[in-house]
Amino acid sequence: MLRYIARRLIWGVVILIVVCALTFILFRVLPTANPAILRAGRDPQPRLIKEIEQVLGVNKPLIVQFWEYLKQVFFHFNLGYSWYSDAPVSELIFERLPATLSLCLGGAILWVVVGLGVGIISALRRGKLADRAAMVGALVAISAPTFWLGIVALYLFAAEIGRFPIFPGAGSYVSFTQNPAKWFGSLILPWLVVAASSAAVFARLMRGNLSETMGEDYIRTARAKGLPEHSVTRQGVRAAINPAFTAFGLELGFLLGGALLIEIVFNIPGVGLLNYHAIRSSDFPVVQGTVLLAAMFIVLMNIVVDVAYAYLDPRVRFS
Amino acid sequence: MSDEEPLLRVEDLVVDFPTEDGVVHAVDRISYEVNPGRTLGIVGESGSGKTVASLTTLGLTRRQGARISGRIFFKGEDLVTLPEDRLRKIRGDELAMVFQDPLSALHPLYKVGVQLTEAVRAHRDVTKQQARDRAIEMLGHVGIPDPARRIDDFPHEFSGGMRQRAMIAMALINEPKVLIADEPTTALDVTVQAQILALMERLQRELDMAIVIITHDLGVVAEVADEITVMYAGKIVERAKAERIFTAPEHPYTWGLLRSVPTVEGQTWGLMRERSGTIERKELVPIQGSPPSLINPPSGCHFHPRCPYFQPSHAESEPPLEPVPDDPDHTVACFVHSEQRRMLWANLRQGATPQEAIETVGAGDGA
Amino acid sequence: MSDLLVEVRDLVKYFPITRGIIFQKKIGAVKAVDGISFDVKRGETLGLVGESGCGKSTTARLLMRLLQPTSGEIRIDGRDITKLHGADMKAARREMQMIFQDPFSSLNPRKTIGSIIAEPYSIHGLLTGKNERKRKVQELMETVGLNPEHFNRYPHEFSGGQRQRIGVARALALEPALLIADEPVSALDVSIQAQVLNLLRDLQSRLGLTLVFIAHDLSVVRHMCDRVAVMYLGKIVEVGPGSALYEFPRHPYTGALLAAVPVIDTSRRGRERKLLSGDVPSPVNPPSACRFHTRCPKATDICSEVEPQLEDLDSGTRAACHHLLTHDEAMELGVRGWG
Repeated sequence: MLRYIARRLIWGVVILIVVCALTFILFRVLPTANPAILRAGRDPQPRLIKEIEQVLGVNKPLIVQFWEYLKQVFFHFNLGYSWYSDAPVSELIFERLPATLSLCLGGAILWVVVGLGVGIISALRRGKLADRAAMVGALVAISAPTFWLGIVALYLFAAEIGRFPIFPGAGSYVSFTQNPAKWFGSLILPWLVVAASSAAVFARLMRGNLSETMGEDYIRTARAKGLPEHSVTRQGVRAAINPAFTAFGLELGFLLGGALLIEIVFNIPGVGLLNYHAIRSSDFPVVQGTVLLAAMFIVLMNIVVDVAYAYLDPRVRFS
Repeated sequence: MSDEEPLLRVEDLVVDFPTEDGVVHAVDRISYEVNPGRTLGIVGESGSGKTVASLTTLGLTRRQGARISGRIFFKGEDLVTLPEDRLRKIRGDELAMVFQDPLSALHPLYKVGVQLTEAVRAHRDVTKQQARDRAIEMLGHVGIPDPARRIDDFPHEFSGGMRQRAMIAMALINEPKVLIADEPTTALDVTVQAQILALMERLQRELDMAIVIITHDLGVVAEVADEITVMYAGKIVERAKAERIFTAPEHPYTWGLLRSVPTVEGQTWGLMRERSGTIERKELVPIQGSPPSLINPPSGCHFHPRCPYFQPSHAESEPPLEPVPDDPDHTVACFVHSEQRRMLWANLRQGATPQEAIETVGAGDGA
Repeated sequence: MSDLLVEVRDLVKYFPITRGIIFQKKIGAVKAVDGISFDVKRGETLGLVGESGCGKSTTARLLMRLLQPTSGEIRIDGRDITKLHGADMKAARREMQMIFQDPFSSLNPRKTIGSIIAEPYSIHGLLTGKNERKRKVQELMETVGLNPEHFNRYPHEFSGGQRQRIGVARALALEPALLIADEPVSALDVSIQAQVLNLLRDLQSRLGLTLVFIAHDLSVVRHMCDRVAVMYLGKIVEVGPGSALYEFPRHPYTGALLAAVPVIDTSRRGRERKLLSGDVPSPVNPPSACRFHTRCPKATDICSEVEPQLEDLDSGTRAACHHLLTHDEAMELGVRGWG
């Protein structure tokens, strides 16, 4: 098992290097502002621009720049400095990380609970009203774009502007350490929106899986043993959860990488919002940093999911 | 049959399944009984209704929307009308079932020990440790080596034979009075099959249990069954003591089965191709036609479209299950007269074709 | 033209088990087929029997070169097919065809049975004329007992037995010399089995086919096969004429197999049967020397030290054993012989 994890981690690092390279190249190919000009202030002299270029190191060959960057990242965990604000990228990111984590993890808990519940009930009452209603609801939640859902949620429920002002609105985020109650309140709407479409997908998945597992031979055996029905259902759920868990893990990885739209709509100062601003101002080191972070989350969640699967399904264990 | 009161008595059981294409008449009025310490073999092919009948006994077809009528008496109670919670108490306790494919019949994600202990704790008020001890004891009893260690294995870590032993342990852990085994050895290698059948016989003796064994394999029933019931298209077509089924069968479907099956001794009741000296080259005689639809079964005798001895009157009404003249325990549902049937069989087993047999016997209308 | 259509010599197939962080290192192997040699005469039916893990299905796939052997030779009509590549191999494939076990998964559900049966022609670029092809397909359908008008139907519209017939028709399309049937009737109902078995026997005598018949059901094998080879853990332990083998098995494993088969003669119920105990060992780590020695009632020290070779015995049988069964022992096992 350890060998397997080690192998996956090494490949993970390789993937991250490739991601770095790709974004690096992309930013060179796209027509963006010369960062030296950005930093130079108003009406810069060409000689000043050249000096700044020298300082920033953007006049060296690409390969050299890339190599320097890689060394910094992997050996010193130094992601560079923002071209806009001169602050260390890693600092900027770590500042924003708690907000993103609060959003994603909270949303994830909600989506699992709701998704599981709805999925199980739908599977057990397949074809009946509860099931049909739930699946229609799920379809709506999946089809609706998240940012639209966010805006609608604000429109309906946000404190100052909403029709039924019960929740704090956009921009009300405060960190947990500052004020736990306010932190919680400000995240309710965003959590609901994050959870909405993911829970819907999860519910559909669980419904399908559970319907299938409840028809398996071992369920018939469980009934033949005279077990109470709730035990039988539990056995079915246990088998149905495995593939859903994989989907959950991967989705979470995605989300952690940048719940961009939600952070924008609700003005949550997370990594996604940072990324957004950086792209708009062509602040390449910051973008590079956030993309790397996103890739890292996805790679990590992939590994976690695969390893966890071996625990969930003993047939898959590596010996 | 024995003088004892039968443990399980099925009376006029009918099981229908409404489906989109029509009503499937899976079981079409069958009756049978089992006595303690005896083994009843139910033989039939797919679509004969044998599995549905046994699942219904345990009430496992209720959830599939089955329409059930008739009576299934077990210890004085009618299982057909028994409420679900009472039936659940009997299932896995006094009435147990073993299924065909142990790899799919055991939950892949729970340890074998857990599956066994939950079977105990569903019916007995014992502690976890007591249940676990009982499980270890039972695993050892069915011949699994090192049971205290293997109890914490998962089903896929067992070999095929061991898995079936574990299933048997699970079914017998509460010492049932009746065990229903649905194709228990079909998925197993032949040497393992022999071990499992021997195991079942030993446990039957120890627990004085009745066994209903369902299979399509004539060899298996010949080895273990005391009585054999042959089913076709949801009906029982013949029932007799095991020896009689093989020495003096009296239903054309039974003849068809016997003549289409090769035996390891090389002999069949099949068609004689050539005979030179003592060498006989026999041919398998398949039953012509194909299994009938259960939604629209043939009228009258369900077997009539495939029966070489068919007379038009046979399609008009269903033949009743009646005993043969010299043996009240041997019942057959066929319109052809018993004496004619015996003469036909005498010819067939020598290697005649149905046509030849008919000519020799001069089979006329048996209605 | 030689008497022998198929000659197999020292055929070996190991499936490697690997482990490692970046580079996969081989730490062991599943020894599915561990050095077997046998012949198949033209026009005869050879049966391959054995229980799970014995390697019979792997052998079938090696014969068809669906798998590449680890080592060894397979000569079909004198040519070693293990050495062929590309166009030569493709041409060689016309001589050998296979029928599979599961009639439900061996036919492409999206193709009509007409196109399934005609597929071999497309693959080998034969019978390019549409009408010619259709005529040939319908001819094949009639040969196997299917209604030729149904060639535009799809597999799901047919029963299991009929689908197996479609598989047979497909196999016969190229008029192969060798037909390999891998458990062709195991998935069928008893009454349908007889139909398909009769069909195979009939086709064999009419078309002069050579048949390699793989099955676990000893009764079926006895009925269908002229000669039978018994496999255990990747080795052939006994091979010989069916009648001799079944009436007087020489290898203890063959004896155990036959003793285990339930017999229909109820007068012999309750007879003393010596049953084999335990399970088949894993093919990853098979026992040394004679593979069967761990379960063999006659095993002695030499059995775990020196591997027995297949030796000719009287009655045309060959068996690999240091302690062959005597006539009395064979009878004691509960095996009935015509004796």
